[in-house]
Amino acid sequence: MKKKTNDSIKSKYIFIFLMVICFALIFLTFTTDVASGPFKQVTQFIITPVQNGLNRVGTWISERGVYFRDSADIYEENQTLKEQVDQLTEENTQLLQNQEELNRLRELYDLDSQYEDYPKVGARIIAKSSGNWFNLFTIDKGTNDGIEIDHNVIADGGLVGIVTEVGPDWATVRAICDDYSNVSAMVSTTSDICVISGNLTLLDEGKLELSRLMDQEDEVSVGASVVTSHISDKYLPGILIGYISDLTEDSNQLTKSGYITPVVDFKHLQEVLVITQLKETGDSNLENDGSQGSQESETQESETESVEG
Amino acid sequence: MKRKIVLAVLMFLCFVLQTTLFRQFAIASIVPNLLLILTVSFAFMRGKKEGIWVGFFCGLFMDLSMGELIGVNAMIYMCIGYVNGFCCHIFFDDDIRMPIFFVTLSDLAYGIATYLILFLLRGRLDFLYYLRRIIIPEVLYTLIITILIYRLFYKINRWLEAVG
Repeated sequence: MKKKTNDSIKSKYIFIFLMVICFALIFLTFTTDVASGPFKQVTQFIITPVQNGLNRVGTWISERGVYFRDSADIYEENQTLKEQVDQLTEENTQLLQNQEELNRLRELYDLDSQYEDYPKVGARIIAKSSGNWFNLFTIDKGTNDGIEIDHNVIADGGLVGIVTEVGPDWATVRAICDDYSNVSAMVSTTSDICVISGNLTLLDEGKLELSRLMDQEDEVSVGASVVTSHISDKYLPGILIGYISDLTEDSNQLTKSGYITPVVDFKHLQEVLVITQLKETGDSNLENDGSQGSQESETQESETESVEG
Repeated sequence: MKRKIVLAVLMFLCFVLQTTLFRQFAIASIVPNLLLILTVSFAFMRGKKEGIWVGFFCGLFMDLSMGELIGVNAMIYMCIGYVNGFCCHIFFDDDIRMPIFFVTLSDLAYGIATYLILFLLRGRLDFLYYLRRIIIPEVLYTLIITILIYRLFYKINRWLEAVG
């Protein structure tokens, strides 16, 4: 009996001790990047090869599963495919209409050459975040292939996300549909700035939130394409995000908000392209973290002023 | 020592399976919470102390793949392990109903805690949506997987107790 109460007290102490550690870790990672960096490097070093292998096994099994599917399933699939063909035909006509617009836009923004100019690295998705609450994924390329933090990730000709962590042969990408993601964007036809943010509740509908759109002339319409803006700190300008699917005026009568449909199909992503070029936010301050880009440019201005003065 | 190594391997396996293989078989993009099953099972079979440690490390693994704040999941999992450890003495040999009951409750608690800490604090108020779309499906899926793998954990524990 005595041993039992001892154990109980002991576990209470361990509980309190670990609780303090947890709070310390939360505080550390909340205020700095110190704790997460090395910690992740070590564990990912071990985990990545295993994840890589298991992912191949999983893909292999699901491929076998498809192969051995009985005819009833194939029939069913045929039906859905037919529906899809209808849908695609409809989409195709819409796309043809958009083609004209796209050509015009390319001339306007020189998108074509921009996309091709960026150096890119192809990578395969090997793991996704363990819980159901976030949309992060791990890719099988890292610093060995020139990937750095804040590099943009694209697929299907549209923006997928941004690299948040990187190791020698792995990198973590936060998708733009993640609940924590915010992207500074603009409507390509009018160059009006807005913010695109992910929202978990919209994930099933496959949409993203659009907010703070300044459109006093009332020129932006549903269907307009949204690209990353020039004033973004981390995202290269002119990468297509999606098309506006819904737009309403906010109660303040100044801004508009709504939803956009992204061009990327986040549920079926397997391969992505990483643009191995950082957005330049001021040459003299490149060693600083890009997240303070706007402040940087301000400080840079003040610096040059003081030099002149 | 042997127990620690086996537990570490189990945690590692659960984590890797959860992020890769189970992602391929996700139903409605929901994956079962294997690490939670591990935590609850061992807390339930072995008591508070082991529950705390297993919970802490399982939570750390979860934190690793979620980014942002490290320690949140470790804290939640540790609490779950600790609380389940209290139920250790009402554990009957290989009765599977009790552990299933506790895994269900724990996963529910985990989902709600995650919502409160990581979503409600950022002004995401639509709790019912998260409950319907994420928490409940995860609980159900986890429950089914528990039925399948609890006996495995039970046997491993028996073997460990027999070996030393």
